Amino acid sequence: MADHAQAHHHEESFISKYVFSMDHKMISKQFLITAIVMGIVAVMLSILFRLQLGWPGESFGILETLLGKWAPDGVLDRNAYLALVTIHGTIMVFFVLTGGLSGTFSNLLIPLQIGARDMASGFLNMLSYWFFLLSSFIMLASLFVEGGAASGGWTVYPPLSALPQAMPGSGTGMTMWLLSMVLFVVSSLLGGLNYVVTIINLRAKGMKMTRLPLTIWAFLVTAILGVLSFPVLVSAVVLLLMDRTAGTAFYLSEIHIAGEALPVTGGSPILYQHLFWFLGHPEVYIVLLPALGISSEIISTNSRKPIFGYRAMIGSILAIGFLSFIVWGHHMFVTGMDPFLGSVFVFTTLLIAIPSAVKAFNYITTLWKGNIKFTPAMLFSVGLVSTFVTGGLTGIILADSALDVNVHDTYFVVAHFHIVMGMSAIFGMLGGIYHWFPKMFGRMMSTKLGYAHFWLTIVCGYGVFFPMHFVGMAGAPRRYYDYSNFPFLDWVMDLNPIISTFAIIGGAAQLLFLFNFFYSIFRGQEAVQNPWKSNTLEWTTPVERIHGNWPGELPVVHRWAYDYSNPNYDEDFVPQTTPLKAGEEEH
Amino acid sequence: MKILIILVIAVGIAALLQLGRVYDLTAKLRKTREEEISFADNKMNAMLWLVFMVLFYAGVIYLFIEYGDYLPVSASEHGVGVDTLMSFNMIIITIVFFAVNTLLFYFSAKYYYKKDRKAKFFPHDNRLELVWTVVPSLVLAIVIIYGLQTWNAMTGEVEDGALRVEIYSKQFDWTARYAGTDSEFGLSSYNLITPTNPLGIVTDDGIEEVTAEIEGQVDKLKMELAYERGLLAAEKEELEHQLHEADHHGHDHGDHEHAEGDDHHGNDAWKDVNMNRIAEIEEMMESDKATVLTEAAIEAKREKIYRLELQLQRILGLDNNTIGDVMEWEAGLDDQVVRELHLPVGQEVEFIFRSRDVIHSAYMPHFRAQMNCVPGVPTRFKMTPTITTDSMRMITDNEEFDYLLLCNKVCGAAHFNMQMKVVVQSEEQYKTWLEQQKTFYVDESKENNESEDVSPADDNVAEPADAGDQTATID
Ligand code: HEM
Ligand SMILES: [Cu+2]
Ligand SMILES: [Cu+2]
Repeated sequence: MADHAQAHHHEESFISKYVFSMDHKMISKQFLITAIVMGIVAVMLSILFRLQLGWPGESFGILETLLGKWAPDGVLDRNAYLALVTIHGTIMVFFVLTGGLSGTFSNLLIPLQIGARDMASGFLNMLSYWFFLLSSFIMLASLFVEGGAASGGWTVYPPLSALPQAMPGSGTGMTMWLLSMVLFVVSSLLGGLNYVVTIINLRAKGMKMTRLPLTIWAFLVTAILGVLSFPVLVSAVVLLLMDRTAGTAFYLSEIHIAGEALPVTGGSPILYQHLFWFLGHPEVYIVLLPALGISSEIISTNSRKPIFGYRAMIGSILAIGFLSFIVWGHHMFVTGMDPFLGSVFVFTTLLIAIPSAVKAFNYITTLWKGNIKFTPAMLFSVGLVSTFVTGGLTGIILADSALDVNVHDTYFVVAHFHIVMGMSAIFGMLGGIYHWFPKMFGRMMSTKLGYAHFWLTIVCGYGVFFPMHFVGMAGAPRRYYDYSNFPFLDWVMDLNPIISTFAIIGGAAQLLFLFNFFYSIFRGQEAVQNPWKSNTLEWTTPVERIHGNWPGELPVVHRWAYDYSNPNYDEDFVPQTTPLKAGEEEH
Repeated sequence: MKILIILVIAVGIAALLQLGRVYDLTAKLRKTREEEISFADNKMNAMLWLVFMVLFYAGVIYLFIEYGDYLPVSASEHGVGVDTLMSFNMIIITIVFFAVNTLLFYFSAKYYYKKDRKAKFFPHDNRLELVWTVVPSLVLAIVIIYGLQTWNAMTGEVEDGALRVEIYSKQFDWTARYAGTDSEFGLSSYNLITPTNPLGIVTDDGIEEVTAEIEGQVDKLKMELAYERGLLAAEKEELEHQLHEADHHGHDHGDHEHAEGDDHHGNDAWKDVNMNRIAEIEEMMESDKATVLTEAAIEAKREKIYRLELQLQRILGLDNNTIGDVMEWEAGLDDQVVRELHLPVGQEVEFIFRSRDVIHSAYMPHFRAQMNCVPGVPTRFKMTPTITTDSMRMITDNEEFDYLLLCNKVCGAAHFNMQMKVVVQSEEQYKTWLEQQKTFYVDESKENNESEDVSPADDNVAEPADAGDQTATID
């Protein structure tokens, strides 16, 4: 086995090493860099439309320079506004937080933390990345086609998205959105199946399921959620493509548009929403769970304490995973759904708050009487717990159908999901990058720049999204280009310039990160083998990247991943490969 | 401008490189390892958590004080219950928000790293975990029960004698319909929508008018195709080819007597037909009715004919059943179609929502009411307005206050300005207003309209634009 690993190391050519690589560590970097590029695009799009929201109708030269005919005289066009919002959401949810987050960290950590030489199938893994890249290209290209990109919001509800005559963005741009999504799902499925199989089959000797780090548990449940729910999205998308091109009527019925009564009857637009949200809700946990897994690892390591309630944490991940499949209807309380069915969804949705609460309290107890090292990764993880709590709590209001009636589709929802998904999941991702950067690139990122990055980001993040609750409760709908036609909202609209200012500063703060990241890849301080004094297996591999991960035999696991400050040992960490002392009981 | 931007970017990159250089040097000078967090740094971050907490809470409290009264008192009966439920939930989540965040920030600040200390080894505690499973469960049970009670109350059966109003949405405006003296809405069909009949209310006359209109269009399209030069030329060529072939045939097999005889008999008849048609074609091609169309245009016209014929079939398939005491096709005659929603105070209304094109959402924040309008699937919502517009003007101390119904489901370019005024007034005022509204079937208006071109195809263009439409039309 050892020789095998060495042999591969020498054979690699440039192309097979950096481009068509089947090595999980390289694929993970490819996912990460692609996601960062997509993230830059998505942040820039959001700043462009925040200019319009903050200072409606005001002329910004930069808009015209960047967008040309989409911003005549420097004022964003209203169709372009909707296109920007839609592509921003799509890129963030799918390309950054699904493809990027899982693609990067599942790939990097699954083999390394379970003690495997690579993924079960390196080839499928490579395909997964190339499908992801292709679908990213198509999504970006859709910004430049006639009529602009898809503009119906990231959920692309038909009939708006089905009828090219309904809006310019429902033309070629929409078709490309759907194609991109199909490829994206193929990528996710290839990746997800591979992750599940690898975790089940390739664990090192002694790596029982009850010794797995919580990262791996989170990736496992995430992958299962993806494998079960993404196919439903494909069905939804393919049926929508058929309605657009083949004259079918799955989602269309009795429509009179652009002066014509369409020959479509018998479909239901609501069917699409059921299919979409059957993916859509698990999707929000597909985004969140890896972030929670990452933060469990980081918080435990840097508090120098075992994660509190390891088994309860696994239980909550499983409970959240299961429940996330039976709550999708909470996105549809005002679609005319039967009120009793609505009640059922109220019930299941509020149940999710219980495992969520358990997780939050367990994190906090992990900090209690810890010995906390504030690495940038740790700051982001503590920040994640805060945003997870803050955002999760407003979920309780939204889950109450009687209350959702008045805040559904308002800025209240925008605030809720940006705090709980935007902020938490991005914090998880950034924390993960700071923490595993030495493993990925063999060098360290700058800690000081990391501090500045974190504090600016959390202040701006809350500064952007917290006020939105109040904008929403005052009755301001989302996806409006301009609110000046509604005098009753004037007084809360005072908040918009403030929100936009925070957004611009927060966006600019990410330059610190970009600089730190790219600079450190080439010039960062060289890493040592186990910089954070961590217990998990990835830190037993050499700093040098080698194909096959361990130069010699695969490691053998003797204990769980969280023996920090174990009183039986002098050191405040005990790697998983350390055998139990005579008479020592496992946690 | 472009040059300026390129310049700025170039300067930016140069600055970054410079920064990199400086950074390089200082890092070498410092010689500390990045992963070794100094006592000072740990302490600084610990303190920053406290500073952050104070600033964050100050911001939150400021927002609650300045923007906490987000909407005036509910103008509907169920809304009062919704508001109480909202306050109840808000109090709970606000307490939990402050409590949990404070614990988090406080522990972060308190337990920062010190070399000589060891963290407490505390992997689990079943009692504690039980506490924070059971306590949230109990609180949530209350939230669920209370919430569902409110939900059941607001979604329950409609009382007898409730006013029924239909709200109809399209890109980008709203229409409301009252049922008239018979209290029954006439049948409506999207196939019968015309500028003068935006809801497609079904009446004998309406059917006749639209049917005639469609037939006219089909005839016109067929005529255009009949006079298309390319098609005519092709037909002519085919006919000539047939004649030519027949001539050939005659020569080749001229010696077979019976065959020739046979041919001869047939020839006369069909050849004459062909010749006549050719002459006719030549004449048509000369006439000024002749058109030249691209292949795509021809295809589009054929498709259009097909669609129009389907529409005709659907119209002919409409049934006329009874609802209440009237026939569906007559129930619409006294319906009143308006652009401003008026409601009598204290009277329960049941809204029926429909949409013509895409999904819209009828959102009335002051009444805590919202329901999607879904094409092909009517939806319902009931409520009882309790405060008249006039009283609400006093309450909000704002002479110009008006209730609004706004669109809350993205529906296209002018989604952001798709609104309808809602007026709540006393029973008498409401009755007076209603009486002034035209009924759907008005003889004179009908006659006036007949002279106009009411082709459904021109619908969007011909429709009289009201104030709301002006900003709503897309280019
Ligand atoms: C206590 C836990 C949570 C509850 C009870 C909850 C409940 C809800 C409800 C009821 C809605 C629908 C609101 C509406 O559209 O009117 C919603 C929206 C949303 N939630 Fe949550 N949520 C919770 C946690 C989360 C988490 C952890 C995430 C993501 C990581 C998340 C992401 C979202 C997103 C993206 C939407 C908006 C989708 C859209 O309309 O575009 N939620 N949530
Ligand atoms: Cu959901
Ligand atoms: Cu709309």
